[in-house]
Formats: sequence, structure tokens, C-alpha cells
Amino acid sequence: MDQIPPIEITPAPEPPVLVVKNLAVTYKTRNRSIEAVRDVSFEINRGENLGLVGESGCGKSTAAFSIVNFLGPNGRVTHGDILFKGEQLRNRPESELRKLRGSQISMVYQEPMSALNPSMRIQDQMAESLIVHRGFSKDQAYTDSLEMLKKVYMPDAEGVLRRFAHQLSGGQQQRVLIAMAMLNNPSLLIMDEPTTALDVTVEAAVLDLIAELQQRYQTAALYISHNLGVVARVSHKVAVMYAGEIVELARTTNIFHNPLHPYTMGLMRCLPDVDAPKGTRVLHPITGRVPSPANLPPGCIFAPRCELAIPACTQQHPNLVELSTGHQVRCIRAAEWASTGRIWSLSEDGNVEPCPDRAQESVETVLKVNEAKVYYPVPFKTVAGLFGMEKRKYVHASDDVSFSVKRGRTLGIVGESGCGKSTIAKAIVGLEPIYDGKIEFLNVDVSKQLNKRGIESIKDLQMVFQDPNGVLNPSYSVGDQIAFSLRRFQTVPPTQVKSEVERLLRAVKLDESYYNRLPRQLSGGEKQRVGIARAIATNPAMVVCDEPVSALDVSVQAAVLNLLLEIQNSRNTTLILISHDLSSVRFFADDVAVMYLGRIVEIGPCESIFCKPNHPYTTALLAAVPRPDPDVEPSRVRLSGRVPSAVNPPDGCRFHTRCPVKIGQICEQQEPPYRALGGGHIICCHLTEEQLINSISGS
Amino acid sequence: MTTNRTSSNKLQAGNKSMLGLALQDFWDGIKELAALIWSSPTAMIGLVVVLGWVFVAIFAPFITRYSPLEQDYKQINKSPTPDHILGTDTMGRDVWARVAYGARTILSLGPISVLAAFLVGLVLGLPAGYYGGWVDEVVMRLLDSLMAFPTILLYMIIISALGPSYFNVVIAIAIGGAPGIARLVRALAMDIRTREYVAAARLRGDPDFLIMLREILPNCRGPLIVDFLLRIGYAAFYIGTLGFLGLGLPPPTPDWGGMVQEGHSRMSANIWPVLSATVAIVTLVIGLNMFADGLREESMRYQ
Repeated sequence: MDQIPPIEITPAPEPPVLVVKNLAVTYKTRNRSIEAVRDVSFEINRGENLGLVGESGCGKSTAAFSIVNFLGPNGRVTHGDILFKGEQLRNRPESELRKLRGSQISMVYQEPMSALNPSMRIQDQMAESLIVHRGFSKDQAYTDSLEMLKKVYMPDAEGVLRRFAHQLSGGQQQRVLIAMAMLNNPSLLIMDEPTTALDVTVEAAVLDLIAELQQRYQTAALYISHNLGVVARVSHKVAVMYAGEIVELARTTNIFHNPLHPYTMGLMRCLPDVDAPKGTRVLHPITGRVPSPANLPPGCIFAPRCELAIPACTQQHPNLVELSTGHQVRCIRAAEWASTGRIWSLSEDGNVEPCPDRAQESVETVLKVNEAKVYYPVPFKTVAGLFGMEKRKYVHASDDVSFSVKRGRTLGIVGESGCGKSTIAKAIVGLEPIYDGKIEFLNVDVSKQLNKRGIESIKDLQMVFQDPNGVLNPSYSVGDQIAFSLRRFQTVPPTQVKSEVERLLRAVKLDESYYNRLPRQLSGGEKQRVGIARAIATNPAMVVCDEPVSALDVSVQAAVLNLLLEIQNSRNTTLILISHDLSSVRFFADDVAVMYLGRIVEIGPCESIFCKPNHPYTTALLAAVPRPDPDVEPSRVRLSGRVPSAVNPPDGCRFHTRCPVKIGQICEQQEPPYRALGGGHIICCHLTEEQLINSISGS
Repeated sequence: MTTNRTSSNKLQAGNKSMLGLALQDFWDGIKELAALIWSSPTAMIGLVVVLGWVFVAIFAPFITRYSPLEQDYKQINKSPTPDHILGTDTMGRDVWARVAYGARTILSLGPISVLAAFLVGLVLGLPAGYYGGWVDEVVMRLLDSLMAFPTILLYMIIISALGPSYFNVVIAIAIGGAPGIARLVRALAMDIRTREYVAAARLRGDPDFLIMLREILPNCRGPLIVDFLLRIGYAAFYIGTLGFLGLGLPPPTPDWGGMVQEGHSRMSANIWPVLSATVAIVTLVIGLNMFADGLREESMRYQ
């Protein structure tokens, strides 16, 4: 869709839709009261979109939910004003707020599945708010709902109305929720990470929709996100929150091109860039973590993590100061930087060395996967099936996957969720059985499950997991869990286990004091580091990283990615990096495999994958990545529809049902050949090289 | 030699600090638990009632004047007097003494039999939940067939087959309670086995029994502790019922259920033995339930 239209700067004749002044919110917990949000003020005008960004635990959602008093039984607005169209919302009775919430203020949540009632048809859920708030008849409410669904470009709107929530894909569910939110033509729309749970391709389409609807209906919107790229795409103004306070508030272009608070700068310096080739970009993580609101540092709350802090920063708490029109910063040194201009740049070299390109160095193949198939049997639903009288059906999670990885290199595997990238990773390490095919690791056949593999293969092939909360056993101390591995593989003599664990902890940038800590005393990033320490404890030849940073905050992501790079460089470890985030893959990987519905559709050196010509699916994935730069024109390549079922994958090219450049019957009937483009770049498509280049620029 | 000694000394010092840390952890855990109980009035009341009975059981010889077996034929079916604060029963035994010593019976029999039930339940439930598939199928059908019997009927069948004795009551409650525990453990294990730390344990080649004991069992402890407390309450209740049916501990062991059984036919003449035993059972069961419920509610409140 189009760029966000510029908002008139001349003072609007009408008052802002929402004014929040000096808001403070307190939560009561068992031991004490915690002030989660302090001194937050902002305004949103008609048709304006205010983005609220920051790491998790910074009070973004709390600030937004306090507007409609959704704080839960232990939360309370203790100070400040919330003026909606000039009317005070604070201390309003619940019944009035409820009326307002349905008709004038709407909300869209992060988890579309849990926001929809699973036992009601979509039409009844949508009609409900029209019937309750506007007294429509049932028929009229249905007609309006249908119309609204069409306005959010829902394919087959009539059919969707009659379905239940579980029969819709995540993107469709979110579209329904947005349609529901827009039904009563609200004045204010509050969106809490509405695209975080969605795939990047779906996210792009939903963002297009939000931008367009807002423009058409002139709705004011508050958009909460941790993703700077997403905010750059939809917001006119951005408020950066840190530990319960707004530290910078400005128009989007100012925030991205001329950030004045070190925290804002830090957030941008730790983002990998999908358009920057490997080795040209350095990630600067923000050290430390967000302080708990119960235990704030004196003076500037960001000072302990700030690289630019001076002694005066810890003396007094800075106020939010307006430096230029509409640009407010909470930093005592901001004026200094405003006058000198940019004090940092993205290519600036810090302590971290850019990632070296190991493209031509290695010859030894460590891992060879040959036509591996991972199928899951579908449970029989009929009695005949139970007695073996029906053909068994399988979920084709990974189908005929072949690739090889050379020593010391990184293979990135990308694709939407459900494309089989995690499955193949688990099959390689032996956590999932292989239906057919062969996996060779260091010239040993490892096509069997873990308990049948030799201890050497197990030791040399380790894994880093995704969920920081599930990666460590909550019942044992950090040191014990790393020691388990050391004892099992007898990496070091028993008397040296403790010192070896401490050495490993230091290797992942944690000190010895972590030995006796329990996982619940660690932050997400620290847990992930311990997970990495455990994986490298046995000094493996290869580590498979399954979305190692996707559950972490951006600042922590950068630190973990840097750590993995450093470990790879010092130990010459071979890595497989599974990720849905193309930016981190571009930052990290030497080779990339793009998977779709269980198949590899394109594989080759990182640089050739990220440049043309590439597979239409790769093109769409790249186009969908939100860029943290408001001046980048959003790409027009969008995928429609959903990933088909892996039980009955489409004939011919599996991508043909969603392919924007399908050339005809051949795509539906014939499996496309693997076409080598030279330099190890292989594409699985019927289109020739020239056709691929032309079709993409033409569409 | 000298080097040896120094290294062993060092090792001891290391062990000591490790022990100190372990104690510190333990003490922190206790403090946390105390704070949890303190903040829930329900759990607090329950705990006071239960501890009251524990006190009575431990100090029974000091707070009673008579032995629970001592019969006085001149004092039969008496109402409370300063001498016999809860009166005497049909054989002239002091009711208070029987209630106090009965607390010993029930407070030892209850936890021991529930512990036995937990052993059986864990052995069946852990593999069922961890392996799933046909192991789960076989174990669950076995448990279903046990659960098909009404609990009290199951107890009666077991006790009448084995004969009433302390040990057989433990067996009966172990068998009767095991299916419920196994189902709970199975459900927890099915959830926990999908966690990534279990995958990590598999990736270091740990054998299955070690994964079940080291990775899964410790993380089931929260719900299991609450269930354990609730089940002691139920056990007290069932031991009482068995006693009343004449299937509990053989006479003349002081047993609350047995007291009700012995006294109920003469209730119109002397209500004290029945009333005392009933109140004892009711308060203990309610106390345990309140403690367990309060603990569960409070530990879930801020999650």
C-alpha cells in the first residue's frame, strides 16, 4: 500500500482524541506496591498513529491498558489524567467504561486465537457488538459484519462468517479482530503487538491493512510493538518507553534519523539489517537489563546501561524536555547531541569485529543430508483404519530435503512457520525419527534415533533451543545443569568439573557467581547463554540453533548473536541457524536454505540468495521484512492465502497455490527441477533465470 | 602424601561451602513457604488445626491421665467430669485418652499409606506420561479397571481379603489412591516431556529412567505436594470409615472410626465417645483441606 500520508502540523481545530497526562500506574503484589508506569504523557490526534516501543517489561502494555482500565484486580491508576475527547476517563464507573470500550475505543490483541471465542461463529461474535452497542437487528448486524469483512479484504467473507475461530488461519483471525474493532467506527484503536504472533508475510499484509484503514476512517491509534521496523511502517509519532517512563517522544522520521536518547540509539544499533551483506554490519548490544520497577537506580534510570553516561547522570532524575517542535527527550546530554548532530552511525566500528566471511576456506563436509523425509503419521479416524484396512496418511513435515554443510560455516534455514525447518533440525540431532533418506555426520550414518546413535555422534552434535523459559530445568542450579553434560561425556576429569563449568560460564559472558543460581533468577538472555554454554560444554563439531534469539528482546538478541559468532570463530564450530528472521540470517549465515512446505525451494551462498534472481517465495519473504526506516517504500510483493496442509501437499510445485508469478499448468502438474545458477546457488522453479528477474521487477 | 592431604583438605572445604549453600537454599525455601502460608488466612487456619492435632499426637502421654487401654468398670459411660474431661466409653476407658492416642494412629497411618500410594502412582504414571503410546494405553486401562470400583468398595474387598491390620490398611489405601495419583503424574509428565530441557537431557544421551527421575519428577512437585496434603485428609476420612465398618485397626487399638463404631449403638445414652471421635475426624480433614487449598490458591495467585 501507499506511504503513510503526512499529518498537518498546523494545530487541528478539534482537540486531540486522547490526552494522557502524568499517568502513574501501580501494581500490588504480595510484598509491596510496584509503580510500573510513572509520569507518562502523550496525545493522539484524529487519524494519527502513535507507536509505543521498548523492551519487554518497560510498561508499554500497562500504559495502554490503563486507558480503558484493563489492569486486572491488582493494578490501579494512582496519578494523572486520561482525557478521551476532552472527558476524564479515570475513576469512571465500570459500566460507563464498558459502553465506551465497545463503541468508541476498540482493542486488538497479540494472540488472535485467544481473543476470539472458540465456541461462537464469527458472525455472532461480530454482530454481538453491533447489537449490544448500537441496537441493530440481527439481520442488519450480519449485513454490516459482512461488509466490514470485505473492507478488510477477507477472501471468501461469506464463508468466514459462518466458521469458528479454529477454522481460520492466524492472519485471517487477526483480520477478523481488526474488522471487529472497526465495526463501530471507533475514535481510538489500541493495538497491542497485533502482528507479533504472525508470520512475516502475513504481518506485512496486516500492516498494509492497518495503515489503509486508519487513513480511510481517520481513526486515532495507539500501536504497541517491540519491533522498530513495524513501528516505522505504521506510526506517525513514536514514544520510546524504558522502565515505566517515556524517554523519547518524536515524529517517526526524527526518531529513526535523529534519535537523541541513548536508549533509542541503542535500540537501533542492535538491529541486524536485512539489506546489509554479511560482514558489513556490527551489532552493538545494550548491556545489562531493564531494571525492575521495584528497584530503580538513582538519577537517570538508563544510566547504568548507558555507554554515554557521565557522573552527573546518576545525580538527578532528568525531566522530559522538548528540544524542538514535538521532539521530547529525557536525557541531560540530549541538547549537546541535538546541536552536534548524529553522534553515532550504523557502520561505526566498535569493540565487536564484523563477522568474517568464511566462504572459500573450508573443504571438509561435516554434515550431509540426503533426501531426508520426516513424516508424522495421522491418527486414524475410522474403525476400518484402526484395523489396518485404510491407507495410512502422513504429515509431510520435511520432504526430500538434501543439503550439506562444510566445517566452520553457518547454514541458515528460513521459511514461514510450519514449513518444516524445526523438524529437519530435530531430525538431524536425532530428536525426531526419519521416515526415509540418509543423514551423514562426520562420515558416520546418523539416520537413526538418539538412543541408537554412538556416544561420539551425540557428543559432537548439540543443539541450542528456542524458548528461554523451557531451556533450563527449573529445579537445578545453572552450574549443575552444565555439569550434567560434562559428567556424562567425561569431557574433563571429575575433579575439574566445577572449574570447567566456570570456564564455560565465562565463555558465554556470565561470571562464576552464576554457578549456584536457579534458572528463575535469570533473565531470558542469561538463560539462553546458559543454554549455549551447555551446548558447547562437550566441544561439539556442530551446533544446531533452533530460533535461538526469536523469543528475546532486540538488545539481548544482538548480544546472543555476537556470542554465537564469537564461539564459532574461536572454536571453528559448524552452525545451523534456523530462523524466521531474515535479518539475523543475513547477519550471520554463510549459506542459506529457504524452505516451503517441507521442501527446500532455494539454497546457496547467502549473498546470492538475498540478491536477484531468486525464487518467488524468497522474493516475497524479503519484501515482507519490515525495515526500521520510515523512508523505505514498502514493497508491493505480497503473498495471499495460507500455507496448504502438509497432509495433502499440492501437486507440482508446492508453492503454486500462492505464487504471484505462476506461469500456468506446468506449475500445477510438474514438480519443478532443481536448477543450478552457478556458485552453488540452486533454485527449484519452472521459471528460467531471465524470467525470474523480469517477472519480479514487472509485478 | 602431603599433596594428597592438601587436596583432600581443599575438597572438604569445597564440600563445606557447598553444604552451606545447600542449607542456605533450604532455609530460603522454608522462608518462602512460610511467607506463602502467612499470606493466606485459609492455609494459616488449616495449618494451625493440623499442627494442633500433631501436637496432641506427639505429646499424648503428657496431656492425658489414663492409658487409652485402661478399663475402669466403675466408670462406664460417664459424662465429662474433671477427671475424665470427655467422659468414658462402654468399657470405662477415658475418651480423651482414646482420642489423643487415636490421633497418633491416624497421623502415622495417613501419611504412610498416602506415601505408599504415591510410590505406586509414580511408578505407573511417570512412564505412562513420558513414553505415551502403548505404555500409556496399557497403564491407563489397568487404572481404569481399578477406578471402576467405588473406592470404599475397593477398600472393603481388599481388607476383607487380607484381614484388618495396620499394614493391610496401608496396602488398601495405596491401591485405592494410586490410580488418581498416577493420572495426575501422567498429565504433568506429558506436559513436561515437551519442554526443551528434556530434549537437552536426551541430547546428552541420558537414559529414560534418569530423565524421568531427574528432569520430570522434581518439576511435578508443586501439584504433588498439594495433592499429598489433600490425600492425607481423604485417607483420614477413609481410615475412619473403615474403622466404623469394623475393617480398620483391630481392637483395642485407639482408632477414631472404631470409637464411632463402638459407641454408636449407645449414642442415646452416652453421646461423648461418638461426638469426640467425629469432631476429631472432621476437624483434621477440614484442617488438611484448608491448608492444601490455601497453599494452592496462594501459590497460583500471582502467576
